[in-house]
Amino acid sequence: MTDSREIDRIEGRGIALRGINIDTDRIIPARFLKAITFDGLGEHVFEDDRASMPDHPFSNPAYRQATILLANENFGSGSSREHAPQALKRWGIAACLAESFSEIFQGNSLAIGLPCVTAAHSDIESVMTTVEEAPDTKLAVSVSGLTLQVGDRRITLHIPAGVRGALLNGYWDATGLLLERFEEVEAVAARLPYVQRFEGS
Amino acid sequence: MSKTLLQKVWNAHTVRTLPSGQTQLFIGLHLIHEVTTPQAFDMLRARGTTVARPDLTYATVDHIVPTLDQSRPFVDELAEGMMAALERNCRESGIRFSDLTTDRQGIVHVIGPELGLTQPGMTIACGDSHTSTHGAFGAVAFGIGTSQVRDVLASQCMALDPLKVRRITVNGTLGAGVYAKDVILEIIARLGVKGGVGYAYEYGGAAIEHMTMDERMTICNMSIEGGARVGYVNPDQTTFDYMKGRPFAPTEEAFDRATAWWSSMASDPDAAYDDVVVLDGSAIEPRVTWGINPGQSVGIGDRIPSPDGGFPRREGDRASIAEALEFMGLDAGAPIRGTKIDVAFVGSCTNSRLSDLREAARVVAGRHVAKHVRALVVPGSKSIRQAAEEEGLDQVFLQAGFDWRGAGCSMCLAMNPDRLEGREVCASSSNRNFKGRQGSPTGRTLLMSPAMVAAAAVAGEVTDVRELMPRE
Repeated sequence: MTDSREIDRIEGRGIALRGINIDTDRIIPARFLKAITFDGLGEHVFEDDRASMPDHPFSNPAYRQATILLANENFGSGSSREHAPQALKRWGIAACLAESFSEIFQGNSLAIGLPCVTAAHSDIESVMTTVEEAPDTKLAVSVSGLTLQVGDRRITLHIPAGVRGALLNGYWDATGLLLERFEEVEAVAARLPYVQRFEGS
Repeated sequence: MSKTLLQKVWNAHTVRTLPSGQTQLFIGLHLIHEVTTPQAFDMLRARGTTVARPDLTYATVDHIVPTLDQSRPFVDELAEGMMAALERNCRESGIRFSDLTTDRQGIVHVIGPELGLTQPGMTIACGDSHTSTHGAFGAVAFGIGTSQVRDVLASQCMALDPLKVRRITVNGTLGAGVYAKDVILEIIARLGVKGGVGYAYEYGGAAIEHMTMDERMTICNMSIEGGARVGYVNPDQTTFDYMKGRPFAPTEEAFDRATAWWSSMASDPDAAYDDVVVLDGSAIEPRVTWGINPGQSVGIGDRIPSPDGGFPRREGDRASIAEALEFMGLDAGAPIRGTKIDVAFVGSCTNSRLSDLREAARVVAGRHVAKHVRALVVPGSKSIRQAAEEEGLDQVFLQAGFDWRGAGCSMCLAMNPDRLEGREVCASSSNRNFKGRQGSPTGRTLLMSPAMVAAAAVAGEVTDVRELMPRE
């Protein structure tokens, strides 16, 4: 059925992907959307960027075990393709930390249990530098504590309240929850004149 | 208390507050297509769940559709597999499907409005970021991913955090040769590609009010390129006139009741906004993108920015400009005008409607596409293609050296055989100039209005369409 579970603490190594406005076409080019499953997307993550940039972090063996992605502003902008967070997750990413995210990317990531959390520019830059200098540095994201632990340093994180609640309560896979009180859904539908085709007065 | 359209629609569709704090919002219309739904239907099957409201769900096929040979099975086996999956899913779930055998097939954001499925005051969801298009009617329309498609199929609902509203007022009258596309490119250049994150954009002011529904759709379509997941225009007489007689629009007395309800959903005159931005429409010039996101555009008379110029606000912008110039092979400080093109594409959910084709045809009539340019027109829907042919637009394009194709998304994102090769530069009426967007990892896209694409096709380089237009 579903694997929706409570998500709070994510630990692991980081991978720094510098640059603003990294869009979902770059995360997973459209040709990989031509499939009826998400299988195998992980190996194609950033495929064209990696081909044109020999030093792309996702091609660097030092980061192959990383689970926490570090990015700058407006990460995941553009297309609504869930294939983007799916590709990242299948590559091994378990949490994304950026200065900001596109809303659709953040929503898609939540729906597959991949937390997207934000932090201040200066904090992101400093963690990126740490990870670049020492790729084996251990990072720990706490969704409940709204912190990122990097060695002795503790950085403040931000998460929209609803997203945080959904992660901590294990409701990020929303289908079951949305179906829970379906009579209330039918009641709203019955009140909406357009659903009733504007019949009656 | 005075409310915005967003607040009214949100309140009317709220089912409850979820334990997470998110709102459970009822979705009045779910539009689906072949790319973002097969996995969602598989997830439903795996959970033993069915589609809650097939009567509020409508399917079309657009992204993978070949625009030349549409015979089945498609030459591309992967495309055929996606088409077959959608056919099966619609058949098993009792969902209406405008497939290639009907005269109602086309880009999902073109056929929804065209058929009258899209109506004011609705909530709409679709597994495509350009779902914001439907906001042109005063609907609140969300682009979603596949797991959310699953949620909407199963429950006709979404779990969402609330949005703020930014009012964007465009005053004045647009100049000749200046279009909705130029207005939205100006707005995104001004507010940035992430300026709209957390907001719904409400577009208003004289310039917007005077726009046709086609033009309002172009504006709302690209809201997401400015970071705003939702964009809308308050419904008015222009909206109601468009709705009348559409296949799924209410008729007779029901239409009058609908008009009254639609009017009541518009923002109140004294509604409060979280932010207000005012632009002078008469100062907007035809615009062209020079970079790798839709915020990187300049007026046709302007020069390409420099990483060291006044434009960058911080280090990230400087690096972004440098990266864009390197990818595009353009020189900082050079005029955008005169940039050589290889391909001209008129199409996409942004600009493939009949009025777009008319404007492009007006420019190319009696002229010919430059020798080194390959040019194609891809109408947004079968019915637009047919209407254009009835007006003789196909002949205008064909005589000018354009290809005249079947309806679909085509070279906007190249999931069908239409794509750039190598480092080709494309003048495109689409919505995204991301690296690799048009099918070649090194291909380059210059976004502009359909009339500007037509002008560039004829000149073989970026040029000012106003100099090619017949005097009014």
